[in-house]
Amino acid sequence: MNWKNKLYPVQCPVTDRQIVAPGYCRLVLHAPAVVREARPGQFVMVYMPGEYTGMLPRPFSIYAVSRDRGELVLFFEIKGRGTELLAASRSGFVWKLLGPLGTAFPVPPPGSLLVAGGMGIAPLAFLAAGTDRPRILIYGAPTAAQLICPSLDLALPGLTLVEVTEDGSRGEKGTAPEVCRGLIAGAGAVFTCGPKQMLASVVSMGRRYGVKTWVSMEERMACGIGACLGCVVSGTDGYRRVCRDGPVFPAEEVDLNG
Amino acid sequence: MDEPCLNVNLAGIELKTPVLAASGPFGYGREYNDLVDFKAFGGIIVKGVSAEPWKGNPPPRLAETACGLLNSVGLQNPGLTYFLEQELPFLKNLEPRIIVNIVGCSVEEYVSVASTLDGRPGVDGLEINISCPNLKAGGPAFGTDPGTAAEVVGAVRGQTKLPLLVKLSPNVADIKVIARAVEDAGADGISLINTISGMLIDIENKKPLLGAVFGGLSGPAVMPVALKMVWQTAEAVNIPLLGMGGITSAEDALQFIMAGARAVAVGSGIFYDPGLPVDINRGIQDYLTAHNISELSFLEGIARRGVD
Repeated sequence: MNWKNKLYPVQCPVTDRQIVAPGYCRLVLHAPAVVREARPGQFVMVYMPGEYTGMLPRPFSIYAVSRDRGELVLFFEIKGRGTELLAASRSGFVWKLLGPLGTAFPVPPPGSLLVAGGMGIAPLAFLAAGTDRPRILIYGAPTAAQLICPSLDLALPGLTLVEVTEDGSRGEKGTAPEVCRGLIAGAGAVFTCGPKQMLASVVSMGRRYGVKTWVSMEERMACGIGACLGCVVSGTDGYRRVCRDGPVFPAEEVDLNG
Repeated sequence: MDEPCLNVNLAGIELKTPVLAASGPFGYGREYNDLVDFKAFGGIIVKGVSAEPWKGNPPPRLAETACGLLNSVGLQNPGLTYFLEQELPFLKNLEPRIIVNIVGCSVEEYVSVASTLDGRPGVDGLEINISCPNLKAGGPAFGTDPGTAAEVVGAVRGQTKLPLLVKLSPNVADIKVIARAVEDAGADGISLINTISGMLIDIENKKPLLGAVFGGLSGPAVMPVALKMVWQTAEAVNIPLLGMGGITSAEDALQFIMAGARAVAVGSGIFYDPGLPVDINRGIQDYLTAHNISELSFLEGIARRGVD
């Protein structure tokens, strides 16, 4: 018989790994096949090594790409068995990856607002890097210790970065939606990713000001390709799959209070 | 020696390999086109189909456990008409035999789906999921009572000439009683096990983790439980068994065959490694070659010999 394994998932060796702050990892993988197609907002599934049977593949937003080097960058909080394994992987270790998966953000029109809460920075950093039109990135977290995105990654031409912490330990004092409120009038569009409550307030602001808003959603996943229906969120018209119908949705299609 | 033979006949369905896709994780197959070599599957048991679309359970629907997966998808599906028009045309051109898993909240619903599928080109068999809640009786699963289990199976049997598998729930006092009841009601084969009922609590929110509170556990954690139930069921009935529950290797699959299963299905295993069906076939073939066995059927129930 001639069964054979398919080309996917693809084998991707680690080329660099940094613990940027305690509990946060920036992992670079050589993944030319993924990088070639990757658009901001999309994600990858990372399969666990064979000896860890019983661990599902983990979904990660694409944080950055280097198209000439074929490198894919993931940026994540180390908060479970999967992320611990990833954060401990040495250069040369080969991960199996599937992607890019899911929907992408549209190209931000000039004067767009990008609103990131905590690790919601991951897809928005990639979006911010994908254009040099004038745009504002609001990056908020409870404290400076959670505002850990390497500043080099956000030093981008045409980008205005506004950092905000609830305790004022870095940047402005307040929340990302509060800063958003002061800047949203006349914005080209709003792109947001972060905790659900933050998304809900940004989305309602967008609606009030008549600014088109896009949200990137997160859910636990199993297949990552739309088959198992495990990662649904409430939509305005039934349940929507985060992995296939999203993760990027026009704000009016998801019910953030559901 | 020639390559050992992996063909099996499961309840009247000729399968080219003894590995099937279990109903659920594999959806209606299409999404896996770039990931899975469909030929490695002897059959695909598609995600449960009901007469009308089912909305499914509120999120969150998934949680990973120690070596397992808890889910409460709730049999969300687009309904029979959509399945026939949008999914079956793709499936019927594939190499594997197509078995349609049918679900319902009343005997009438099961019957209506089964009678529509009878004689439909591309449908090679049915699998009745009797773990659905019996709404008329207030919600207990059909499969937890031998009387209601037999009622559903008998009613569906009367509507179809298709080979009929019945998928048993492990959440019962004595699986042998249910197995005999569905055999007597006309089942051609038995699939087991469905997921084991369970739950988790989010201690930060102080609430159940799943939106539906309870879910079904699958994955390697349930494998020994499933294996035991296959063993017990093999003792109780004379129809062939399709063994499933946490299979993630050829070694697991061989254990199910040796316990008395004719073939095996992989569910959650496909999430962990889309190459699993290929690996299981290769592993079984290597085992047969190494032990100088010409066909897999020789191993069916072999571990039972001499054991009371």
